[in-house]
Amino acid sequence: MSAPDAPLLEVAGVSKQFPGVRALDDVSFTLRAGEVHALVGENGAGKSTLIKVLTGVYQPDGGDLRHLGQPVTFNGPLDAQAAGISTIYQEVNLVPLMSVARNLFLGREPRNRLGLVDVSRMNREAAEILAGYGITSDVRRPLGLMALGAQQMVALARAVMVDARVVVMDEPTSSLEPREVETLFGVIARLHERGVGIIYVSHRLDELYRICDRVTVLRDGKLVHTGLIKDLDRLQLVSHMLGRPMSEVRKEGFTSFGGEHAAADSKPVLRVADLNSRHKLTGVSFEVLPGEVVGLGGLLGAGRSETIKAVAGALPLDRGTVEIDGTVVRRPNPVAALKAGIAVQPEDRKAEGLALGLSIRENIALAVLPRLSTAGIVSERKIDKIVETFMTRLRVKASGPHQRVGDLSGGNQQKVLLARLLATGPKVLLLDEPTRGIDVGAKAEVQALIDELAAEGLGVVLVSSDAEELIEGSDRVVVLRDGAVAGMLRGEEVTTEHLMNVIATAAS
Amino acid sequence: MTLVAEPQLEKAEAASLRTERIVELVQRQGALAVLGIVLVVGLVAYDNFRSFDNAATILVSAAPAALIALGMTFVIITGGIDLSVGSLYVLGGVLAAWASQYGVAAAFAVPLAACGVFGLVQGLVIAYARLAPFIVTLAGLLGARGLMLALSDEGGTTYLVDPGAFKDFGKGELLGIKYSVYLVVVLFVIGMVALYRTRFGQSVYALGGSEDAARLMGVRIRGTQIKVYVLSGLLAGLAGTINAARLGSGVTVLGTGMELDAIAAVVVGGTLLTGGAGTLGGTIAGVLLLQVIQNLINQDGKITSAWQTVISGAFIALVVVAQTYLARLRRVASG
Amino acid sequence: MTTAVSSSSSFNSATVRRLLPLYGVYVALAALVLFNIVYTDNFLAWNNLRIQLVQVTPVVIVALGMALVIGTEGIDLSVGSVMALGAALIPLYLGYGMVPAIVLALVGGVIVGLINGGLVAFVGLQPIVATLAMLVAGRGVALVVSNGKYKDIRDKDFLAIGTDAFLGVPYTVWIAAVLAVVVGFVVRRTVFGRRLLAIGDNRAAAQLAGVPVKRVLVGVYMIAAVLAAVAGVIQVSRIGSADASRIGLLIELSAITAVVVGGTPLTGGKVRVLGTVAGAFLMQLLTATMIANNLKDSTAQMVQAVIILVAVYTARERRTR
Repeated sequence: MSAPDAPLLEVAGVSKQFPGVRALDDVSFTLRAGEVHALVGENGAGKSTLIKVLTGVYQPDGGDLRHLGQPVTFNGPLDAQAAGISTIYQEVNLVPLMSVARNLFLGREPRNRLGLVDVSRMNREAAEILAGYGITSDVRRPLGLMALGAQQMVALARAVMVDARVVVMDEPTSSLEPREVETLFGVIARLHERGVGIIYVSHRLDELYRICDRVTVLRDGKLVHTGLIKDLDRLQLVSHMLGRPMSEVRKEGFTSFGGEHAAADSKPVLRVADLNSRHKLTGVSFEVLPGEVVGLGGLLGAGRSETIKAVAGALPLDRGTVEIDGTVVRRPNPVAALKAGIAVQPEDRKAEGLALGLSIRENIALAVLPRLSTAGIVSERKIDKIVETFMTRLRVKASGPHQRVGDLSGGNQQKVLLARLLATGPKVLLLDEPTRGIDVGAKAEVQALIDELAAEGLGVVLVSSDAEELIEGSDRVVVLRDGAVAGMLRGEEVTTEHLMNVIATAAS
Repeated sequence: MTLVAEPQLEKAEAASLRTERIVELVQRQGALAVLGIVLVVGLVAYDNFRSFDNAATILVSAAPAALIALGMTFVIITGGIDLSVGSLYVLGGVLAAWASQYGVAAAFAVPLAACGVFGLVQGLVIAYARLAPFIVTLAGLLGARGLMLALSDEGGTTYLVDPGAFKDFGKGELLGIKYSVYLVVVLFVIGMVALYRTRFGQSVYALGGSEDAARLMGVRIRGTQIKVYVLSGLLAGLAGTINAARLGSGVTVLGTGMELDAIAAVVVGGTLLTGGAGTLGGTIAGVLLLQVIQNLINQDGKITSAWQTVISGAFIALVVVAQTYLARLRRVASG
Repeated sequence: MTTAVSSSSSFNSATVRRLLPLYGVYVALAALVLFNIVYTDNFLAWNNLRIQLVQVTPVVIVALGMALVIGTEGIDLSVGSVMALGAALIPLYLGYGMVPAIVLALVGGVIVGLINGGLVAFVGLQPIVATLAMLVAGRGVALVVSNGKYKDIRDKDFLAIGTDAFLGVPYTVWIAAVLAVVVGFVVRRTVFGRRLLAIGDNRAAAQLAGVPVKRVLVGVYMIAAVLAAVAGVIQVSRIGSADASRIGLLIELSAITAVVVGGTPLTGGKVRVLGTVAGAFLMQLLTATMIANNLKDSTAQMVQAVIILVAVYTARERRTR
């Protein structure tokens, strides 16, 4: 039945639901032989979910998966691998403590007549194969000792070794040096000639335009656009990724942000100067006035979350200073930052924000326990008071302050986290994706709250992948690219068009 | 971004490569080096230490511990731990002594079967219920000891080994060295082949190095887990068996703390308790080192045997702390 | 009011799954007590109850510290050795009086606790590894301190701790009760307790919320070790001799069992003090019941093994990864 010109891999109307999130909503995607197909979208757009469906890690709730024209079901990654689908994950998924050669051959080691692993042949072949990828170091060394780029190459070599017909690359260049990127593109060109289909996930527009034939854009779990990449200019591509489709804007109206609020002549409450962290940030500087919301714009991987972490003292810095009200925060660490008046809402509220097993009450009080206690003994009365104040103010919907945070909806979890930040009486709020993964109603409330807090004189740094939210919420926008400041939008320039222009043209 | 001039870069690379080599050497051969030093000290300082008989004694008394440590090495490389081996060792001894009345084959087969099944059950629970290995084997420790007590009238009965082939095995010597030592050597050689030269060995390392990566690379996680716990159970049972053959009885009061000695030997031998790296050569060196220290303490007579525990405890602490820092150093060196 | 849906009538398996780790230990304990009242002669006799109480005391005290450590997602295997160390230190300084001797024993605990905590918090070792080293070395030090000898204690004041009673209840039991109340208070009402739970639930979040994670961890391991030393002192005063090679042997197993059976999950973030005490009683009573009903020690151990596994299995969090 399999037609010779059938697509290598095809999904039609695939959906995937997770508790509280619809990660994929009726998405279709086709990969033809010998094409490099870019898959793009911001965080939470559904790219990784789609990849995991294609590689058998997840089973879709609905929709069809066809391989060479035949309907298939992958019950696990092994099924997909058997079907010739190999994946290179963003984080290198190899075993760092094992040697390079053993990693390359794990599970398919060459064996001698006794059925034992033929180590010398394995090492010899590994060296030969890797030479083709520009790797000449000793294959007997542990993989973990190689540079990340080289590890990525080993992962690629491993993926391609098994007569792969489809190779999925999830941000393969994020840890590569320019020279290694060239090697990678060389390998991709070779695969291309062999008729291998490649799904290429990246946020680097230059790369996409250089090597990809076709592009599919996802946003909020939905398919936004699919077509030849040469028919789409950069601005159009960026607006597909960040902008809302016009129909949706009309339906929902604007976000709940109000107007501007910065008092122009006041002194900055936060001054960040020359933040440098190897491979992550290069010379990031900006200021925030009291009552001002400064947005950090840029694509995923541009250094937005890293900047937030650096200001909060949670990312080791090679160089750079953080000043609050003109006083430098010494020995930056989370405790010192908190004392100085910096409150941070991390991007991943479940992993780094909340203690999900504890109650709302415990979570709100956690950062201010010393203030709510005498001689180390906490005052339940004081805690009740502060918890009640903030639960009312943020309109946290729960059965009571003793409810487990893990049982709340995403929106209410976020409110609890914000309550904890506000309870510390901060001067500066760092908000990393404050409205991700929460429903529309809670989103509006959180946006209104950010506005209100700025109006009260707090300095706010806002990170959002939602361009509308970023533009309407911010008084100024600092645009980041590759860990450095690429531009700044102020006043009249704070528009979605300008933002996309800066992102699309700041390409080096 | 500061740019480093090329020659400087090369120099820095060469230096970091050198640090890396040294670190690796210390990590791999540390136990062997210390063993060498201790041996030299022993040879110089104690006359009685310098005899063939003493060397043979050290080897024979190290044999059961070596077998347990052999299985433990596999378990620890997968990132697990087996606390039940001390109890299985005693259980194996009691069963061997009891079964020796039915011949030498039974004396080996019965304890091996029982301890192997015990390891299998633990492995199944760890692999399928996904409970922490330490808690499962902790329960195994109690369970196996209970079983042993039940079989020996609450420890009141000591089965004597029947005179015959099994007892002869315990007493037998070749070139002045007991058979059990040869058995241990053979098993270690087989173990090395299995660990370094088979796909099973590769999956043991992969599982301990990164379970998620191993799964994505197609390693059968559950199968590997079950196999190592069966192996560990079998070897603990065998250790008990050869000890029963040597002593001529299934002693019920031994074995507490055996699991700790085995873990100590494995860790001192350079195997990472976090899994993913380790060598059987290191384990041999670790076992012998602890045994030689014990022997020297006995030779000396002035310091009590209590020091041996202090020393092995301090050794574990020292080795794991050193490993943690060495691993950091390596990461820094390789940038 | 979003979760008040599950009415009392829908008593399904999910509810059981949720409630079993929380209240299972009390139900089991009540059932066991009832069984004993009916089938065991003289169970309710004060003499018998007193024996049970006295015997369970060291396990309760050690388990209290273990519960705190497990609350931080850690484990402390060294408690038995610390008991032995505390016990071994007593006869050395009893000549200077009871108080200096006890203080010294507790200082021994503090030192081991500092080492454990330092290895876990600052060096970054896994708790099981760090405390394993102290399990081996601690008993060695105890043996060295006591010269490997079994020592009889003749100091009357000191022995009184173990033998005398207040209101008919032995001092040692009072001590355990007071310590349980104190630990319960620490967990529920102090900054330290709240921080400990937050660290156990989500260490990264606690760090970002400004919790001094390392300091709290060191504190937790220190408390666990001091409690173990107290248990060692009590044990010596009760049996009237210090035998470093036997005291506290395998008590880490009983303590972990008591904590786990009492409904404290090994994954941290929760500490059930009352549950831990009940867990210790349950295991004690189980053994006593089996012996009283002519079941052997061997059976008791095998039953104990099964109970540990069942408790851990039911308390295990549903992992979603």
